[in-house]
Amino acid sequence: MATVAPNDADLTQDGLPANPESVVVRFAGDSGDGMQLTGGQFTLSTALAGNDLATFPDFPAEIRAPQGTLFGVSAFQINFGSREINTAGDAPDVLVAMNPAALKVNLAALKPGGLIIADTGAFTKRNLDKAKYDANPLEDGSLAKFDVLAFDISEKTIEAVKPYGLGNKDALRSKNMWTLGLALWMFDRPREPIHDWLRGKFKSKPDIADANIAALDAGHAYGETAELSGPLKQLHIEPVPSDPGLYRTVTGAEAVSLGLVAGAQLAEMPMFFGGYPITPASAILHHLARLKEFDVTTFQAEDEIAAICAAIGASYAGSLGVTSSSGPGIALKGEAMGLAIMTELPLVIVNSQRGGPSTGLPTKTEQSDLYQAVYGRNGDAPMPVIAASSPGDAFECAIEACRIAVQYMTPVMLLTDGYIANAAEPWKVPDPADFAPFPVEFLDQPNDGENFLPYKRDGKGARPWVKPGTPGLMHRIGGIEKHELTGNIDYSPDNHQRMTDARKNKIDGIAKELAPQGVTLGPDGDDAGGKLAVVGWGSTFGPIRRAVDNCRRKGMDVSHIHVRHIWPMPSNTGELLRKYDNILVPEMNTGQFKTVLRDQFLVDAQPLTKTSGQPFQIAELEEAIGKYFDGIPDNEGGQVLVNDDQLPSPDGGAE
Amino acid sequence: MNAPVKIETTLKDWETDQEVRWCPGCGDYAILKAVQRTLPQLGADPANTVFISGIGCSSRFPYYVESYGFHTIHGRAPAFATGAKLANPELDIWLVTGDGDGLSIGGNHLMHVLRRNVNMQIMLFNNEIYGLTKGQASPTSREGTKSPSTPIGSYDHPARPAAFALGAGARFVGRGFDVSKNLPDVLKAAHGHQGAAFIEIFQNCIVYNKDVFNDFAAPKGAEDQQLWLENGQPMLFAGGAKGIALNHDTLSLEVVDVTDGDWEAAKVIVHDVTNRSIAHMLVEMPFGPFPMALGVLYDDPRPTFEAAAMAEKAAASEGKEANLAKLLGKGQTWTVSGTAQGPV
Repeated sequence: MATVAPNDADLTQDGLPANPESVVVRFAGDSGDGMQLTGGQFTLSTALAGNDLATFPDFPAEIRAPQGTLFGVSAFQINFGSREINTAGDAPDVLVAMNPAALKVNLAALKPGGLIIADTGAFTKRNLDKAKYDANPLEDGSLAKFDVLAFDISEKTIEAVKPYGLGNKDALRSKNMWTLGLALWMFDRPREPIHDWLRGKFKSKPDIADANIAALDAGHAYGETAELSGPLKQLHIEPVPSDPGLYRTVTGAEAVSLGLVAGAQLAEMPMFFGGYPITPASAILHHLARLKEFDVTTFQAEDEIAAICAAIGASYAGSLGVTSSSGPGIALKGEAMGLAIMTELPLVIVNSQRGGPSTGLPTKTEQSDLYQAVYGRNGDAPMPVIAASSPGDAFECAIEACRIAVQYMTPVMLLTDGYIANAAEPWKVPDPADFAPFPVEFLDQPNDGENFLPYKRDGKGARPWVKPGTPGLMHRIGGIEKHELTGNIDYSPDNHQRMTDARKNKIDGIAKELAPQGVTLGPDGDDAGGKLAVVGWGSTFGPIRRAVDNCRRKGMDVSHIHVRHIWPMPSNTGELLRKYDNILVPEMNTGQFKTVLRDQFLVDAQPLTKTSGQPFQIAELEEAIGKYFDGIPDNEGGQVLVNDDQLPSPDGGAE
Repeated sequence: MNAPVKIETTLKDWETDQEVRWCPGCGDYAILKAVQRTLPQLGADPANTVFISGIGCSSRFPYYVESYGFHTIHGRAPAFATGAKLANPELDIWLVTGDGDGLSIGGNHLMHVLRRNVNMQIMLFNNEIYGLTKGQASPTSREGTKSPSTPIGSYDHPARPAAFALGAGARFVGRGFDVSKNLPDVLKAAHGHQGAAFIEIFQNCIVYNKDVFNDFAAPKGAEDQQLWLENGQPMLFAGGAKGIALNHDTLSLEVVDVTDGDWEAAKVIVHDVTNRSIAHMLVEMPFGPFPMALGVLYDDPRPTFEAAAMAEKAAASEGKEANLAKLLGKGQTWTVSGTAQGPV
């Protein structure tokens, strides 16, 4: 169901107009073909050209899957345009296929009339067999409903880099740069930033840099020549009007890392990050390992448990402890989270969610760790949970997580997902001065007359933070229930009741100081309310916003509410939700936030679920919203079926 | 080790107001006293001293020492201690663990804290049983140990804590037992060692595994089975009547008789705490045919983990400005000028 996204409604069977509002391009090739790199650099040039954009990198879980196979296909999709872009696009207008497998896996997604750019040099008998093609699709007429531009990119690359004396194998490594050059020409992008980037990347190997630059330039030059005869034409996409300021692209993993650094700086604290390698969370460890000048200590622990325990140990000793993982690793950290809750020490836990359960789909996205985040510990163990809605939003969320952790002496979980972690978007570089500092004050003298009471609480319900090394305030803490003031072991029934209440009240109390839950799109404040609220959290922000916008333009009484503070939610949330006749909760899980909303507010939230490892498409959400306005009873909500046209494609990750 | 300024304290200064909750007669009492007796001798500062433990009888230890204390979760104390030490390398950290906590659920963490060489004293109380959970066989229980979980007798091969530590890369391995008057000396040597210092302390669980160490640790009469190692001194025991020699044909240790104190004639080995090969033989030396090796078995420091981490941080930060605004705007950027416009 290659649905045409409304933002691209002006596209016709005749292909792309010369000045489209937005274009979706998918680069697909073997996992060794450098498609993620190509996509990343094309993203940068697109951002520099002033277009809004969203990307979807999709790659196999295997590092180098056998060459040429269907499951070894790696793809990178980018949607860019002269208007606000919310998603990576439902279906591509242009498919770049570096081999038969890439064509086969991605063809179903391509819009009718879309453009295929294929490397005939890779369409050998052997590669066709591996892709399970009986005949060469470039020659058998099966691509008649598309525009096809097929030529020998491999040969042209070898020709272009010949002066640099590389062997054929090395020369072919520049194939992706040749292709990128062609794409840059096609969308009228400057080459200089990529030249600069290549020179920087191959600083110690100027020959390789020059060869890649030659390939890039050759691809670009080819475009100019080919325009005269074939289906290829140059397109121009106007810059999007945006707020004045300095911009860059940012991925969620980068934004989380930067936000954590900013959070520690605003708290005036050194940061300690304990991590263990896991997809897709490792990128945060990699980023922070390079930021030591910001008083960041990174520690690659022996396992997930040690990573969180070391972070708690560091918090105990007076640093801001942070740990990060994905679902399976978060499960291992559960017991230690309980200790941080019990000892009331600050800690930030970042969960970059992926498909589960168990190992699940390591490189695909899902939102299925919400129960784990909110409910997933032994005992009554309340913990704040914050969810980032986009790569850029992850920056602010990380700061917020640090603030709550140190002000309330509590672990805080920050949820992102594989999509947010890997996807890039243009980001207006924030000014650190716009964020209010929240400097930590350690207790260094008795807090109860002459006495020191380690668990005496402040107005927020938080206990004092005392660093070991502070004279006169020696005390012992631990996971055993403790006296409500002295912190000494105390199993008495009254005390446990009071301590359980105190821990719960402290976290519940955060709701009161949060900004009221607003309406993202639709009437807000006193005018809020209507027939339908689409309530989302996390990375579904983009498609929900665009779908609700489109439906509102069609006259439907629908609003978008996006929740950042999952636990606790702002105090007005229940009241706000009750102003709508219907509540639809689209989630990439089987309905977990829906359960939390029902649990917290006793509202009739209906789920719209999708667990194929694919993000929601705009069209899917529009269809689901439309069911509230079609006059047919009882067809609302439910499950969005697997979409064969979408990334990751079913063939892309299976077998 | 870490206290640059020696602080004057007495044993009493290291006692908390908490009632000690071990079983009457437990070996832990003696160890607690030995530690509380050692700390003043070290000039340790209670404000700068941190006891970190896992779970089990031994791990209640921090509650009874008037210093900073963190009673963490089962097996993970080394990870908490590593984080604390990296956050503040000035802290003087004592880790308290047991045979179940340190070698079963926490074996992984113990291995890594030793190989990383994080500067701290690690006391493993080995009573060869799970006490707090009422007496199940532990990873150090001897074959045939009858317990609620092994009613017919354990067929698990026991782990040897000192051998484990040395194999994991420990640069200090010491041994003592609960009621030994020499225990403070072993603790002092461990404290003097820069790096992860591992001390196995045999501890009598009088409820679930009573007197299993009596063959060498019985209050009276077992001294002949104790080989107290001293750097630069011959490996003599049984009042100097026996010694340990190296059989050059089999490359293994053997017990030799020493006549008239002439240990040189008997080719008794002179203990060199930096000799890793001999240390490996000492930790593998089977008790029974051989005496129990006690004291400092091995002590050969090398640079610590936290020192390397701090040095790397300093080098990586050198000449770099911690400017957040610059960091945020790093990389390829572009500027949008003109008047502000909201999104479409």
